[in-house]
Amino acid sequence: MSVTVTYEEALQEYEPVFGLETHVELGTTTKMFCGCLTAFGAEPNTHVCPVCLGLPGSLPTVNRLSIEYAIKIGLALNCSIASWCRFARKNYFYPDMPKNFQISQYDEPLCTDGYLDVLVGGETVRIGIERVHLEEDTGKSLHVGGATGRIQGAEYSLVDYNRAGIPLVEIVTKPVPGTGFLAPEVAKAYVTELRDVLRTLGVSDVRMEEGSMRCDVNTSISPRGSGVWGTRTETKNVNSLRSVERAVRSEVARQAEVLDAGGRIRQETRHFHEDTGVTTSGRSKEEAQDYRYFPEPDLAPVAPSGSWVEEIRASLPELPSARRGRLIEAWSLSELEFEALRNAGALDAVEATVAAGASPADARKWWLGELARRANDAGIDVSTLPITPAQVARVAELVAAGTLNDRLARQVIEGVLDDEGTPDEVVAARGLAVVSDDSALTTAVDEAIAANPDVTAKIRAGKVAAAGALVGAVMKTTRGKADATRVRELILERLS
Amino acid sequence: MPITRDEVAHLARLSRLALSDAELDHLAPQLDQIISAVAQVQEVAADGIPPTTHATGLANVFRDDEPVACLTPEQALSGAPAVEMQRFKVPRILVEE
Amino acid sequence: MDELIRMTAAELSAAVTAGDVSAAEVTQAHLERIDAVDGRVRAFLHVAAEDALAQAREVDRKRAAGQPLGTLAGVPVAVKDLFTTVGAPTTCGSKILEGWYPPYESTITGRLRDADAILIGKTNMDEFAMGSSTENSGYGASHNPWDLAKVPGGSSGGSAAAVAAYEAPLALGTDTGGSIRQPASVCGIVGTKPTYGGSSRYGVVAFASSLDTPGPFGRNVLDTALLHEVMSGHDPLDSTSIDAPVPPVVAAARHGDVSGMRIGVVTDLSGAGYQPGVMTRFTEAVELLESLGAKVTELSCPHFRYALPAYYLIAPSECSSNLARFDGMRFGLRTGGGSAEEVMAQTRAAGFGTEVKRRIMLGTHALSSGYYDAYYGKAQQVRTLIIQDFEAAFSQVDVLVSPVTPTTAFRLGERADDPMAMYLADLCTIPANLAGNAAISVPCGLADEDEMPVGLQVMAPPLADDRLYRVAAAVEAAFNARLGHPLLTESKGLS
Repeated sequence: MSVTVTYEEALQEYEPVFGLETHVELGTTTKMFCGCLTAFGAEPNTHVCPVCLGLPGSLPTVNRLSIEYAIKIGLALNCSIASWCRFARKNYFYPDMPKNFQISQYDEPLCTDGYLDVLVGGETVRIGIERVHLEEDTGKSLHVGGATGRIQGAEYSLVDYNRAGIPLVEIVTKPVPGTGFLAPEVAKAYVTELRDVLRTLGVSDVRMEEGSMRCDVNTSISPRGSGVWGTRTETKNVNSLRSVERAVRSEVARQAEVLDAGGRIRQETRHFHEDTGVTTSGRSKEEAQDYRYFPEPDLAPVAPSGSWVEEIRASLPELPSARRGRLIEAWSLSELEFEALRNAGALDAVEATVAAGASPADARKWWLGELARRANDAGIDVSTLPITPAQVARVAELVAAGTLNDRLARQVIEGVLDDEGTPDEVVAARGLAVVSDDSALTTAVDEAIAANPDVTAKIRAGKVAAAGALVGAVMKTTRGKADATRVRELILERLS
Repeated sequence: MPITRDEVAHLARLSRLALSDAELDHLAPQLDQIISAVAQVQEVAADGIPPTTHATGLANVFRDDEPVACLTPEQALSGAPAVEMQRFKVPRILVEE
Repeated sequence: MDELIRMTAAELSAAVTAGDVSAAEVTQAHLERIDAVDGRVRAFLHVAAEDALAQAREVDRKRAAGQPLGTLAGVPVAVKDLFTTVGAPTTCGSKILEGWYPPYESTITGRLRDADAILIGKTNMDEFAMGSSTENSGYGASHNPWDLAKVPGGSSGGSAAAVAAYEAPLALGTDTGGSIRQPASVCGIVGTKPTYGGSSRYGVVAFASSLDTPGPFGRNVLDTALLHEVMSGHDPLDSTSIDAPVPPVVAAARHGDVSGMRIGVVTDLSGAGYQPGVMTRFTEAVELLESLGAKVTELSCPHFRYALPAYYLIAPSECSSNLARFDGMRFGLRTGGGSAEEVMAQTRAAGFGTEVKRRIMLGTHALSSGYYDAYYGKAQQVRTLIIQDFEAAFSQVDVLVSPVTPTTAFRLGERADDPMAMYLADLCTIPANLAGNAAISVPCGLADEDEMPVGLQVMAPPLADDRLYRVAAAVEAAFNARLGHPLLTESKGLS
């Protein structure tokens, strides 16, 4: 079913409102309620025990580090931390949930009422955070027998409980109205910024492709100026930053088409398809499931002391927004220049290169230019290139000193990346230093003059611009190692 | 408030109990009787009385993030009705969560 | 052999430790007793004969090698089939777990093994601890050794019957609404519900998590205290477990003395529905305590009359969630065909008995949105009021006393399909569960009408379990002195 109303058309009549629910797998060593390992990729059912298998008679015990990580996240998102809260049971039957209830939090989340500022097109948008709470992850099922490996059409399923019980933090935003046309970008910027915050905090490896960060996108539209919010849908299977943006865009357009045709939006869960960029209907949320929440009787309430919270607050690292402000000022960057650096994944490298002595401008030039290009060609992250920030700083230093020009510098970088040694070693081994010895240059100049009588004559006649051709000739004979400016000077001296 | 046979049937579905009609006929009036009796709690004036979910008064019971020896896959799967590829084999799941 | 089974646990462990008798002999004697009578008592679901003898031989080997032995060395203990035990099945009295061998051991049975006790078998119980007679067991009911046509109480009826029939001197049970005290009372033995959190629930299959309390049975007060002490104490695997020293129950059991103790009679736990013979024995017990030097007063705990309805909201609610895991996917029974959803529903319908189904649905109802506040929420408020009643009472007295259960053992089949009548057995015992207090049942005679045992309930504040044993020991000593022999020896049910 193709959507005939475009996003742009939809925005003529409707205001989009979105919200995001993000689940983050915490990088603790052990699970939320037992001492099994959380490590990814183990053989099936090798990281399980009576507790995370939900065997009769087993009991949960809370991993202190997961509480600490959740509080850390809440503080970084400017939330209030509950002085007393409990876990609750969320009851429903499903084979990947060993107890057929999930230990989660219901009306007493650990963190509430915060915000995260994101930068979109140079403007700051404040995304309200409703709550941050802890829960346990479920096992993983392989659906066998169907065409696509999905549940529909499968004959049976095979369940691995290694993942069951891994600590999850659920971060729920307040609804975000008023972003207008930029709604998809804002949603994506939020997830990007959130991911950066979490990575900086060191609480999760936040890999969307591996499932350690999962997003559900809630979308609704409201007729312009009506002030009445529409029914929202929930979209799952949003597995990348780009998908967040596309999901909002396509869902807004779809909902507009439904409303334009006189229909109404069903409150439902939809599934996002990477390949087509559209959502399809999943489970209807109209028969809202009653999870029969009640406080978890097997666990004592969690009452973080004020001093513990302050201890955690004091241990917070510099958050991305603070770092952004600091670097923009220190390096005199525009917001967009900063975004370029951040998007290239080069922030850490550039900062380290500056710390090693390079100027911010030089550091940026090399990392965003030559190095970013080489990383791109190799299909890897720029930060994983086999060259250190200190080495890049050294190259910049050699250029500033006149020992290298840009072209030679690029060759030195190539040599370092090819594991030929440090910049200085590469310069020596390949003989890449700029020739600045006048006597050597003079010889080359004389050769060029002798070999190009017509050009020489023109220069003698006053056509100084023609010197460029002779410079080129000298550069050729010196294999680019001459200092072009000096060569030109020598030529003009010679011929005046 | 009496509970009807239909409501009892609904409770059975929610609880994943495939009760026969005979069982429903038998259980529904009993449940109705029991619910009427336990509803007595509503007579108690309890405004401002906090509920007790944990009698011990304990709080902040934690364990360290240290690994503990777990079960072998054989032990984990030992009671399983069906196993394939070292996983629990379960019948086809109809509704996706 | 006959003498060995009549010995107390204290005597047996002393004899084994001294080398007067081998653990193997003791175990063998009890296995023979089980063989001789369990066909009629039906206390056991599984007799671990080979394993028990192997455990006994190991105790004997340790003794011979001069290694120190635990406090229950060589003493056979019957284990309610609710505790996970490696190497023996754990059915919880349910068909849904028929033949399930747990891959891990409960903390308490592990401690018993460490104390060199002999785990002799798993006992019958009402399915998933729901019931007061063992008639809800998926494997048939147990019989009261005093009168085989009568129930042994429940849900730990098998354990109580085993002890009363001399099949084991000690037994483990669990008490959620009275499931140790009521069987102890109707079987004429001693049974304690420790302070909630005083004994580990790890490996004890959950019925009502905030109420379940594992506890000891014995034929006399000291034996019960010995088991109480070994099984109790903090367990880091149980987050509801109290991190405090075990109250000095054994010392208290050795020094039964109530002179100067303030004892409160709960007037609300009497009246219509209480068998006259039960009330007579109870009144006499109170008079006895007074004659022994206690100061007895009457007081009222006005919210106790709401304890039963509150319990029958809280317990089913928690159990409806605890029992959700029995779905045929990972362990236990799997039956029926079709989708996972269908197999779950058919498995549970086939594997669970009627009472369990009733309580699951009741709990599901009480937790449903729209009903939560009026039912579960309200019940938890009533719970607070009951705790306050206890606190007010204990500010005036050291212990409270009442009958354990309104009647003596009823006939098998008498209340089997009348859930409300069955629930009334818990009237006196439930308040202590809701508050988490410690409580004990100690024999105080036989009812005149039917010559069946009557128990006296003593209740103490949390962590004051030792007071129970002090009072119980005094009562027991007085009875033994008056009768000239333990009450249990008057049983005519088994010859």
